[in-house]
Amino acid sequence: MKRFRALRTRDIVRIAVLIMPLLFGVGALAYAAPAQEPGAAAAHGEEEHGSAGDVIMHHLLDSNVMAFEPFGEFELPKIVVGGFDISITRHVLFMWIAAVILLLVFGYVGSKYKSIGNRQAPGGLANAMEALVEFIRLDVAKSNIGEGYEKHMPYLLTVFVFILVLNLLGLVPYGATATGNINVTLTLSVFTFLITQVSAIKAHGIKGYLAHLTAGTHWALWIIMIPIEVIGLFTKPFALTIRLFANMTAGHIVILSLIFISFIMKSYLVAIFLSVPFSIFIYLLEIFIAFLQAFIFTMLSALFIGLASSHESHEAEAAH
Amino acid sequence: MLHSGLSPIVKENSVPMLTSGIIVLSGGLLDPNPGLIFWTTITFFIVLFILKKFTWGPMLSALEEREKGIQDSIDRAYTAKEEAEEVLRKNKELLAKADSEAEKIIREGKEYGDKLRAEITEKAHSEASKMIASAKEEIEQEKRRALTELRTEVADLAVKGAEKIIMANLDAEKQKKIVDSMIQELSQNRN
Repeated sequence: MKRFRALRTRDIVRIAVLIMPLLFGVGALAYAAPAQEPGAAAAHGEEEHGSAGDVIMHHLLDSNVMAFEPFGEFELPKIVVGGFDISITRHVLFMWIAAVILLLVFGYVGSKYKSIGNRQAPGGLANAMEALVEFIRLDVAKSNIGEGYEKHMPYLLTVFVFILVLNLLGLVPYGATATGNINVTLTLSVFTFLITQVSAIKAHGIKGYLAHLTAGTHWALWIIMIPIEVIGLFTKPFALTIRLFANMTAGHIVILSLIFISFIMKSYLVAIFLSVPFSIFIYLLEIFIAFLQAFIFTMLSALFIGLASSHESHEAEAAH
Repeated sequence: MLHSGLSPIVKENSVPMLTSGIIVLSGGLLDPNPGLIFWTTITFFIVLFILKKFTWGPMLSALEEREKGIQDSIDRAYTAKEEAEEVLRKNKELLAKADSEAEKIIREGKEYGDKLRAEITEKAHSEASKMIASAKEEIEQEKRRALTELRTEVADLAVKGAEKIIMANLDAEKQKKIVDSMIQELSQNRN
Protein backbone atom coordinates (compact mmCIF):
# COMPACT_ATOMS: atom_id res chain seq x y z
CA MET A 1 0.00 0.00 0.00
CA LYS A 2 2.78 2.32 1.00
CA ARG A 3 4.66 1.42 -2.10
CA PHE A 4 1.67 2.11 -4.26
CA ARG A 5 1.31 5.51 -2.68
CA ALA A 6 5.00 6.23 -3.22
CA LEU A 7 4.58 5.28 -6.85
CA ARG A 8 1.66 7.61 -7.19
CA THR A 9 3.55 10.50 -5.60
CA ARG A 10 6.33 9.88 -8.04
CA ASP A 11 3.93 10.00 -10.95
CA ILE A 12 2.45 13.24 -9.70
CA VAL A 13 5.91 14.72 -9.40
CA ARG A 14 6.67 13.58 -12.92
CA ILE A 15 3.56 15.19 -14.30
CA ALA A 16 4.29 18.37 -12.36
CA VAL A 17 7.78 18.43 -13.83
CA LEU A 18 6.37 18.12 -17.31
CA ILE A 19 3.84 20.86 -16.70
CA MET A 20 6.45 23.20 -15.23
CA PRO A 21 7.89 24.31 -18.58
CA LEU A 22 4.40 25.12 -19.78
CA LEU A 23 3.77 27.29 -16.76
CA PHE A 24 7.12 28.81 -17.46
CA GLY A 25 5.81 29.98 -20.80
CA VAL A 26 2.75 31.46 -19.19
CA GLY A 27 3.88 34.88 -20.34
CA ALA A 28 3.04 33.74 -23.81
CA LEU A 29 -0.63 33.73 -22.85
CA ALA A 30 -0.47 37.48 -22.93
CA TYR A 31 0.50 37.21 -26.52
CA ALA A 32 -2.20 34.67 -27.24
CA ALA A 33 -4.90 36.82 -25.69
CA PRO A 34 -5.33 39.24 -28.61
CA ALA A 35 -5.49 36.32 -31.02
CA GLN A 36 -8.50 34.95 -29.21
CA GLU A 37 -10.32 38.23 -29.37
CA PRO A 38 -9.94 39.49 -32.88
CA GLY A 39 -10.85 42.91 -34.04
CA ALA A 40 -10.64 45.84 -31.68
CA ALA A 41 -9.01 43.85 -28.90
CA ALA A 42 -6.19 42.79 -31.20
CA ALA A 43 -4.98 46.32 -31.68
CA HIS A 44 -5.25 46.93 -27.97
CA GLY A 45 -3.21 43.76 -27.25
CA GLU A 46 -0.55 44.84 -29.69
CA GLU A 47 -0.07 48.11 -27.93
CA GLU A 48 0.16 46.48 -24.55
CA HIS A 49 2.37 43.47 -25.21
CA GLY A 50 4.07 44.02 -28.52
CA SER A 51 5.39 41.23 -30.70
CA ALA A 52 6.73 37.82 -29.74
CA GLY A 53 10.27 39.21 -29.69
CA ASP A 54 9.19 41.97 -27.32
CA VAL A 55 7.53 39.48 -24.99
CA ILE A 56 10.67 37.40 -24.94
CA MET A 57 12.80 40.46 -24.27
CA HIS A 58 10.36 41.54 -21.59
CA HIS A 59 10.81 38.14 -19.97
CA LEU A 60 14.60 38.31 -20.10
CA LEU A 61 15.21 41.93 -19.21
CA ASP A 62 15.20 43.44 -15.80
CA SER A 63 12.22 45.60 -14.88
CA ASN A 64 10.52 47.32 -12.00
CA VAL A 65 7.42 45.19 -12.32
CA MET A 66 6.74 41.77 -10.84
CA ALA A 67 4.21 40.30 -13.22
CA PHE A 68 2.05 37.33 -12.24
CA GLU A 69 -0.06 37.01 -15.36
CA PRO A 70 -2.90 36.44 -15.57
CA PHE A 71 -3.36 37.26 -11.91
CA GLY A 72 -1.90 40.74 -11.98
CA GLU A 73 1.31 42.54 -11.21
CA PHE A 74 2.85 44.92 -8.71
CA GLU A 75 5.46 47.60 -9.00
CA LEU A 76 8.71 47.49 -7.10
CA PRO A 77 10.01 50.60 -5.33
CA LYS A 78 12.29 52.97 -7.18
CA ILE A 79 15.25 54.25 -5.20
CA VAL A 80 17.61 56.93 -6.46
CA VAL A 81 20.56 57.90 -4.28
CA GLY A 82 22.92 60.67 -5.38
CA GLY A 83 21.93 60.39 -9.01
CA PHE A 84 22.39 56.61 -9.03
CA ASP A 85 19.37 54.48 -9.70
CA ILE A 86 19.55 51.68 -7.12
CA SER A 87 15.91 50.70 -7.32
CA ILE A 88 14.82 47.21 -6.32
CA THR A 89 14.26 45.50 -9.65
CA ARG A 90 12.99 42.03 -10.52
CA HIS A 91 16.49 40.60 -10.63
CA VAL A 92 17.43 42.19 -7.33
CA LEU A 93 14.34 40.66 -5.80
CA PHE A 94 15.24 37.23 -7.18
CA MET A 95 18.76 37.59 -5.86
CA TRP A 96 17.29 38.25 -2.46
CA ILE A 97 15.01 35.24 -2.77
CA ALA A 98 18.08 33.18 -3.66
CA ALA A 99 19.93 34.66 -0.68
CA VAL A 100 17.06 33.78 1.64
CA ILE A 101 16.88 30.22 0.28
CA LEU A 102 20.63 29.84 0.70
CA LEU A 103 20.64 31.26 4.19
CA LEU A 104 17.76 29.00 5.24
CA VAL A 105 19.16 25.82 3.71
CA PHE A 106 22.77 26.34 4.67
CA GLY A 107 21.95 27.92 8.01
CA TYR A 108 20.11 24.71 8.83
CA VAL A 109 22.98 22.59 7.52
CA GLY A 110 25.53 24.64 9.45
CA SER A 111 23.55 24.32 12.67
CA LYS A 112 23.36 20.55 12.09
CA TYR A 113 27.14 20.45 11.82
CA LYS A 114 27.50 22.38 15.04
CA SER A 115 25.11 20.10 16.88
CA ILE A 116 26.42 16.75 15.75
CA GLY A 117 29.64 15.49 17.22
CA ASN A 118 32.81 14.56 15.47
CA ARG A 119 31.97 10.89 15.56
CA GLN A 120 28.45 11.23 14.18
CA ALA A 121 27.72 11.04 10.50
CA PRO A 122 25.50 13.79 9.09
CA GLY A 123 22.19 12.71 7.61
CA GLY A 124 19.54 14.02 5.28
CA LEU A 125 20.01 17.52 3.92
CA ALA A 126 23.33 18.00 5.71
CA ASN A 127 24.64 14.86 4.08
CA ALA A 128 23.46 15.94 0.62
CA MET A 129 25.06 19.35 0.99
CA GLU A 130 28.21 17.72 2.28
CA ALA A 131 28.53 15.78 -0.95
CA LEU A 132 28.34 19.08 -2.82
CA VAL A 133 30.84 20.79 -0.55
CA GLU A 134 33.18 17.82 -0.74
CA PHE A 135 32.94 17.88 -4.53
CA ILE A 136 33.87 21.57 -4.68
CA ARG A 137 36.59 21.04 -2.11
CA LEU A 138 38.35 18.10 -3.74
CA ASP A 139 37.56 18.21 -7.45
CA VAL A 140 37.40 21.95 -7.94
CA ALA A 141 39.52 23.69 -5.32
CA LYS A 142 42.14 21.15 -4.31
CA SER A 143 42.89 19.88 -7.79
CA ASN A 144 43.07 23.35 -9.39
CA ILE A 145 44.48 25.61 -6.71
CA GLY A 146 46.60 23.08 -4.87
CA GLU A 147 48.30 24.31 -1.74
CA GLY A 148 46.49 27.01 0.20
CA TYR A 149 43.13 26.20 -1.35
CA GLU A 150 41.44 26.41 2.06
CA LYS A 151 41.26 30.18 2.16
CA HIS A 152 39.48 30.33 -1.21
CA MET A 153 36.90 27.71 -0.23
CA PRO A 154 34.25 30.09 1.20
CA TYR A 155 34.27 32.21 -1.96
CA LEU A 156 34.11 29.24 -4.33
CA LEU A 157 31.35 27.52 -2.39
CA THR A 158 29.29 30.68 -2.09
CA VAL A 159 29.68 31.58 -5.74
CA PHE A 160 28.68 28.03 -6.72
CA VAL A 161 25.52 27.81 -4.66
CA PHE A 162 24.58 31.44 -5.39
CA ILE A 163 24.80 30.99 -9.16
CA LEU A 164 23.12 27.58 -8.95
CA VAL A 165 20.11 28.88 -7.05
CA LEU A 166 19.82 31.94 -9.32
CA ASN A 167 19.95 29.70 -12.38
CA LEU A 168 17.29 27.37 -10.97
CA LEU A 169 15.04 30.26 -9.91
CA GLY A 170 14.88 31.23 -13.57
CA LEU A 171 13.25 27.87 -14.29
CA VAL A 172 10.47 28.34 -11.75
CA PRO A 173 7.18 29.68 -13.09
CA TYR A 174 7.06 33.47 -12.83
CA GLY A 175 10.75 33.35 -12.05
CA ALA A 176 13.50 35.47 -13.52
CA THR A 177 17.10 34.54 -14.14
CA ALA A 178 19.33 37.09 -12.48
CA THR A 179 22.35 35.27 -13.92
CA GLY A 180 20.89 36.00 -17.35
CA ASN A 181 21.60 39.65 -16.66
CA ILE A 182 25.08 40.72 -17.70
CA ASN A 183 25.45 43.11 -14.76
CA VAL A 184 25.13 40.27 -12.27
CA THR A 185 27.57 37.97 -14.05
CA LEU A 186 29.96 40.89 -14.54
CA THR A 187 29.95 41.64 -10.82
CA LEU A 188 30.60 38.01 -9.95
CA SER A 189 33.45 37.70 -12.42
CA VAL A 190 34.97 40.95 -11.15
CA PHE A 191 35.13 39.27 -7.73
CA THR A 192 36.97 36.35 -9.27
CA PHE A 193 39.25 38.79 -11.11
CA LEU A 194 40.08 40.68 -7.92
CA ILE A 195 40.75 37.48 -5.97
CA THR A 196 42.93 36.22 -8.81
CA GLN A 197 45.01 39.41 -8.89
CA VAL A 198 45.32 39.61 -5.10
CA SER A 199 46.47 36.01 -4.85
CA ALA A 200 48.91 36.53 -7.73
CA ILE A 201 50.43 39.54 -5.97
CA LYS A 202 50.52 37.63 -2.69
CA ALA A 203 52.24 34.67 -4.32
CA HIS A 204 54.89 36.56 -6.31
CA GLY A 205 55.07 40.03 -4.77
CA ILE A 206 54.51 43.27 -6.65
CA LYS A 207 57.78 42.81 -8.54
CA GLY A 208 56.97 39.31 -9.64
CA TYR A 209 53.48 40.37 -10.59
CA LEU A 210 54.80 43.16 -12.82
CA ALA A 211 57.49 40.88 -14.22
CA HIS A 212 54.77 38.47 -15.20
CA LEU A 213 53.20 41.19 -17.34
CA THR A 214 56.37 41.23 -19.49
CA ALA A 215 56.17 37.45 -19.84
CA GLY A 216 59.95 37.28 -19.33
CA THR A 217 60.80 38.63 -22.77
CA HIS A 218 63.47 41.08 -23.87
CA TRP A 219 62.68 44.72 -22.99
CA ALA A 220 62.41 45.66 -26.65
CA LEU A 221 59.37 43.43 -26.91
CA TRP A 222 57.66 44.94 -23.89
CA ILE A 223 55.74 47.40 -26.01
CA ILE A 224 53.94 44.43 -27.55
CA MET A 225 53.97 42.01 -24.63
CA ILE A 226 52.60 44.27 -21.93
CA PRO A 227 49.39 45.19 -23.78
CA ILE A 228 48.88 41.55 -24.71
CA GLU A 229 49.35 40.37 -21.14
CA VAL A 230 47.07 43.12 -19.81
CA ILE A 231 44.41 42.15 -22.31
CA GLY A 232 44.99 38.54 -21.27
CA LEU A 233 44.25 39.50 -17.67
CA PHE A 234 40.89 40.95 -18.65
CA THR A 235 39.79 38.29 -21.11
CA LYS A 236 39.39 35.75 -18.34
CA PRO A 237 36.71 37.60 -16.35
CA PHE A 238 35.18 38.79 -19.61
CA ALA A 239 34.83 35.18 -20.77
CA LEU A 240 33.31 34.24 -17.41
CA THR A 241 30.83 37.09 -17.69
CA ILE A 242 29.71 36.31 -21.22
CA ARG A 243 29.64 32.53 -20.76
CA LEU A 244 27.23 32.52 -17.84
CA PHE A 245 25.09 35.37 -19.17
CA ALA A 246 24.81 33.95 -22.68
CA ASN A 247 24.07 30.42 -21.52
CA MET A 248 21.28 31.46 -19.23
CA THR A 249 19.80 33.92 -21.73
CA ALA A 250 20.02 31.58 -24.69
CA GLY A 251 18.15 28.76 -22.95
CA HIS A 252 15.27 31.05 -22.11
CA ILE A 253 15.15 32.50 -25.60
CA VAL A 254 15.03 29.00 -27.07
CA ILE A 255 12.21 27.82 -24.78
CA LEU A 256 10.13 30.95 -25.35
CA SER A 257 10.75 30.88 -29.09
CA LEU A 258 9.60 27.27 -29.27
CA ILE A 259 6.42 28.17 -27.42
CA PHE A 260 5.86 31.21 -29.61
CA ILE A 261 6.14 29.15 -32.76
CA SER A 262 2.73 27.68 -32.02
CA PHE A 263 1.24 31.14 -31.46
CA ILE A 264 2.77 32.53 -34.61
CA MET A 265 1.72 29.52 -36.71
CA LYS A 266 -1.67 29.49 -34.95
CA SER A 267 -1.87 25.73 -35.04
CA TYR A 268 -2.65 23.19 -32.36
CA LEU A 269 -0.68 20.59 -34.27
CA VAL A 270 2.47 22.66 -34.05
CA ALA A 271 1.83 23.17 -30.37
CA ILE A 272 1.37 19.46 -29.67
CA PHE A 273 4.11 18.05 -31.87
CA LEU A 274 6.71 20.80 -31.85
CA SER A 275 6.39 23.47 -29.19
CA VAL A 276 5.48 21.41 -26.16
CA PRO A 277 7.82 18.43 -26.55
CA PHE A 278 10.75 20.54 -27.64
CA SER A 279 10.31 23.13 -24.95
CA ILE A 280 10.09 20.36 -22.35
CA PHE A 281 13.28 18.90 -23.72
CA ILE A 282 15.04 22.27 -23.64
CA TYR A 283 13.67 22.90 -20.17
CA LEU A 284 15.17 19.66 -18.87
CA LEU A 285 18.39 20.55 -20.63
CA GLU A 286 18.25 23.92 -18.89
CA ILE A 287 18.15 22.21 -15.49
CA PHE A 288 21.34 20.44 -16.42
CA ILE A 289 22.84 23.67 -17.75
CA ALA A 290 21.96 25.46 -14.52
CA PHE A 291 24.18 23.00 -12.66
CA LEU A 292 26.79 22.91 -15.38
CA GLN A 293 27.23 26.67 -15.62
CA ALA A 294 27.43 27.09 -11.86
CA PHE A 295 30.08 24.38 -11.84
CA ILE A 296 31.98 25.90 -14.77
CA PHE A 297 32.04 29.34 -13.22
CA THR A 298 33.39 27.90 -9.97
CA MET A 299 35.80 25.61 -11.77
CA LEU A 300 37.24 28.40 -13.92
CA SER A 301 37.48 30.73 -10.93
CA ALA A 302 39.47 28.07 -9.11
CA LEU A 303 41.58 27.45 -12.20
CA PHE A 304 42.39 31.15 -12.64
CA ILE A 305 43.28 31.50 -8.97
CA GLY A 306 45.45 28.39 -9.21
CA LEU A 307 47.18 29.64 -12.36
CA ALA A 308 47.82 33.06 -10.90
CA SER A 309 49.21 31.81 -7.60
CA SER A 310 51.28 28.79 -8.59
CA HIS A 311 52.08 28.68 -12.31
CA GLU A 312 54.76 31.36 -12.15
CA SER A 313 56.57 29.88 -9.17
CA HIS A 314 56.86 26.55 -10.97
CA GLU A 315 58.44 28.32 -13.91
CA ALA A 316 60.81 30.13 -11.60
CA GLU A 317 61.75 26.86 -9.93
CA ALA A 318 62.37 25.27 -13.30
CA ALA A 319 64.57 28.19 -14.34
CA HIS A 320 66.82 27.93 -11.28
CA MET B 1 -10.55 30.52 -32.41
CA LEU B 2 -6.92 31.01 -33.28
CA HIS B 3 -7.48 31.20 -37.04
CA SER B 4 -9.80 34.14 -37.03
CA GLY B 5 -7.10 36.58 -35.93
CA LEU B 6 -4.50 35.36 -38.37
CA SER B 7 -4.21 38.17 -40.91
CA PRO B 8 -4.15 41.27 -38.69
CA ILE B 9 -1.61 39.80 -36.26
CA VAL B 10 0.78 38.70 -38.96
CA LYS B 11 0.56 42.07 -40.65
CA GLU B 12 1.19 43.98 -37.49
CA ASN B 13 3.85 41.59 -36.28
CA SER B 14 6.19 41.87 -39.21
CA VAL B 15 7.49 45.30 -38.24
CA PRO B 16 7.74 45.04 -34.42
CA MET B 17 9.53 41.71 -34.65
CA LEU B 18 12.23 43.35 -36.69
CA THR B 19 12.53 46.22 -34.25
CA SER B 20 12.81 43.79 -31.36
CA GLY B 21 15.75 42.17 -33.13
CA ILE B 22 17.36 45.59 -33.28
CA ILE B 23 16.68 46.04 -29.57
CA VAL B 24 18.68 42.87 -28.85
CA LEU B 25 21.62 44.22 -30.78
CA SER B 26 21.47 47.83 -29.65
CA GLY B 27 21.34 47.12 -25.96
CA GLY B 28 18.67 45.91 -23.65
CA LEU B 29 20.44 42.70 -22.79
CA LEU B 30 23.82 44.40 -22.59
CA ASP B 31 22.65 47.58 -20.84
CA PRO B 32 24.81 48.50 -17.87
CA ASN B 33 22.84 48.91 -14.67
CA PRO B 34 24.83 50.32 -11.74
CA GLY B 35 21.98 49.69 -9.33
CA LEU B 36 21.98 45.98 -10.09
CA ILE B 37 25.77 45.81 -9.77
CA PHE B 38 25.48 47.54 -6.42
CA TRP B 39 22.80 45.18 -5.16
CA THR B 40 24.61 42.12 -6.50
CA THR B 41 27.73 43.13 -4.60
CA ILE B 42 25.83 43.78 -1.38
CA THR B 43 23.76 40.60 -1.60
CA PHE B 44 26.69 38.42 -2.52
CA PHE B 45 28.86 39.72 0.29
CA ILE B 46 26.12 39.34 2.88
CA VAL B 47 25.52 35.76 1.75
CA LEU B 48 29.26 35.10 1.64
CA PHE B 49 29.91 36.36 5.15
CA ILE B 50 26.92 34.74 6.79
CA LEU B 51 27.53 31.40 5.11
CA LYS B 52 31.25 31.57 5.85
CA LYS B 53 30.55 32.13 9.51
CA PHE B 54 27.69 29.71 10.00
CA THR B 55 28.11 27.00 7.40
CA TRP B 56 31.37 26.75 5.50
CA GLY B 57 33.48 27.09 8.64
CA PRO B 58 31.87 24.26 10.62
CA MET B 59 31.38 22.11 7.53
CA LEU B 60 34.93 22.39 6.26
CA SER B 61 36.44 21.87 9.67
CA ALA B 62 34.21 18.84 10.19
CA LEU B 63 35.27 17.46 6.81
CA GLU B 64 38.92 18.05 7.56
CA GLU B 65 38.61 16.51 10.98
CA ARG B 66 36.88 13.49 9.54
CA GLU B 67 39.55 13.18 6.87
CA LYS B 68 42.21 13.31 9.54
CA GLY B 69 40.29 10.81 11.66
CA ILE B 70 40.03 8.39 8.76
CA GLN B 71 43.73 8.76 8.01
CA ASP B 72 44.52 8.15 11.66
CA SER B 73 42.33 5.07 11.70
CA ILE B 74 44.05 3.72 8.61
CA ASP B 75 47.45 4.39 10.12
CA ARG B 76 46.42 2.72 13.35
CA ALA B 77 45.07 -0.27 11.48
CA TYR B 78 48.37 -0.62 9.64
CA THR B 79 50.40 -0.46 12.83
CA ALA B 80 48.09 -2.99 14.44
CA LYS B 81 48.51 -5.26 11.45
CA GLU B 82 52.26 -4.97 11.59
CA GLU B 83 52.22 -5.70 15.29
CA ALA B 84 50.02 -8.71 14.77
CA GLU B 85 52.32 -9.98 12.06
CA GLU B 86 55.28 -9.54 14.39
CA VAL B 87 53.50 -11.48 17.10
CA LEU B 88 52.55 -14.19 14.64
CA ARG B 89 56.12 -14.44 13.45
CA LYS B 90 57.34 -14.73 17.04
CA ASN B 91 54.74 -17.35 17.79
CA LYS B 92 55.79 -19.36 14.79
CA GLU B 93 59.38 -19.12 15.85
CA LEU B 94 58.50 -20.24 19.36
CA LEU B 95 56.43 -23.08 18.02
CA ALA B 96 59.24 -24.26 15.77
CA LYS B 97 61.64 -24.03 18.67
CA ALA B 98 59.30 -25.97 20.91
CA ASP B 99 58.84 -28.57 18.20
CA SER B 100 62.55 -29.13 17.76
CA GLU B 101 63.00 -29.22 21.52
CA ALA B 102 60.31 -31.81 21.88
CA GLU B 103 61.84 -33.87 19.13
CA LYS B 104 65.20 -33.64 20.81
CA ILE B 105 63.73 -34.70 24.10
CA ILE B 106 61.97 -37.64 22.53
CA ARG B 107 65.10 -38.65 20.71
CA GLU B 108 67.16 -38.44 23.86
CA GLY B 109 64.54 -40.37 25.77
CA LYS B 110 64.51 -43.05 23.14
CA GLU B 111 68.28 -43.30 23.16
CA TYR B 112 68.32 -43.46 26.90
CA GLY B 113 65.63 -46.10 26.90
CA ASP B 114 67.47 -48.14 24.32
CA LYS B 115 70.64 -47.90 26.29
CA LEU B 116 68.87 -48.80 29.48
CA ARG B 117 67.16 -51.76 27.87
CA ALA B 118 70.44 -53.02 26.47
CA GLU B 119 72.09 -52.61 29.81
CA ILE B 120 69.34 -54.36 31.67
CA THR B 121 69.23 -57.19 29.18
CA GLU B 122 72.96 -57.63 29.38
CA LYS B 123 72.88 -57.54 33.13
CA ALA B 124 70.09 -60.06 33.20
CA HIS B 125 71.95 -62.25 30.78
CA SER B 126 75.14 -62.15 32.84
CA GLU B 127 73.21 -62.70 36.01
CA ALA B 128 71.42 -65.65 34.54
CA SER B 129 74.61 -67.16 33.22
CA LYS B 130 76.22 -66.54 36.60
CA MET B 131 73.32 -68.24 38.32
CA ILE B 132 73.43 -71.10 35.90
CA ALA B 133 77.14 -71.46 36.51
CA SER B 134 76.76 -71.42 40.26
CA ALA B 135 73.89 -73.89 40.04
CA LYS B 136 76.00 -76.19 37.93
CA GLU B 137 78.83 -75.92 40.40
CA GLU B 138 76.50 -76.67 43.23
CA ILE B 139 75.10 -79.66 41.41
CA GLU B 140 78.63 -80.86 40.79
CA GLN B 141 79.52 -80.43 44.44
CA GLU B 142 76.39 -82.25 45.54
CA LYS B 143 77.14 -85.04 43.14
CA ARG B 144 80.68 -85.29 44.41
CA ARG B 145 79.50 -85.23 47.99
CA ALA B 146 76.86 -87.88 47.21
CA LEU B 147 79.48 -90.11 45.59
CA THR B 148 81.81 -89.76 48.54
CA GLU B 149 78.98 -90.61 50.84
CA LEU B 150 77.97 -93.49 48.70
CA ARG B 151 81.50 -94.76 48.72
CA THR B 152 81.70 -94.71 52.53
CA GLU B 153 78.30 -96.28 52.74
CA VAL B 154 79.27 -98.99 50.33
CA ALA B 155 82.44 -99.58 52.29
CA ASP B 156 80.43 -99.80 55.47
CA LEU B 157 77.97 -102.14 53.84
CA ALA B 158 80.80 -104.26 52.57
CA VAL B 159 82.31 -104.37 56.00
CA LYS B 160 78.98 -105.32 57.51
CA GLY B 161 78.40 -107.95 54.82
CA ALA B 162 81.82 -109.27 55.41
CA GLU B 163 81.22 -109.33 59.09
CA LYS B 164 78.05 -111.35 58.56
CA ILE B 165 79.72 -113.73 56.22
CA ILE B 166 82.57 -114.09 58.55
CA MET B 167 80.19 -114.72 61.34
CA ALA B 168 78.45 -117.35 59.21
CA ASN B 169 81.43 -119.35 57.95
CA LEU B 170 84.61 -118.69 59.63
CA ASP B 171 86.86 -119.91 56.98
CA ALA B 172 89.50 -117.39 56.98
CA GLU B 173 91.18 -118.41 53.82
CA LYS B 174 88.05 -118.61 51.84
CA GLN B 175 86.70 -115.36 53.22
CA LYS B 176 89.76 -113.56 52.40
CA LYS B 177 89.52 -114.70 48.86
CA ILE B 178 85.92 -113.70 48.62
CA VAL B 179 86.54 -110.23 50.06
CA ASP B 180 89.36 -109.68 47.70
CA SER B 181 87.34 -110.57 44.72
CA MET B 182 84.48 -108.44 45.92
CA ILE B 183 86.64 -105.41 46.36
CA GLN B 184 88.04 -106.09 42.97
CA GLU B 185 84.59 -106.18 41.59
CA LEU B 186 83.54 -102.96 43.33
CA SER B 187 86.45 -101.05 42.07
CA GLN B 188 85.70 -102.33 38.57
CA ASN B 189 82.09 -101.29 38.86
CA ARG B 190 82.92 -97.84 40.06
CA ASN B 191 85.01 -97.16 37.09
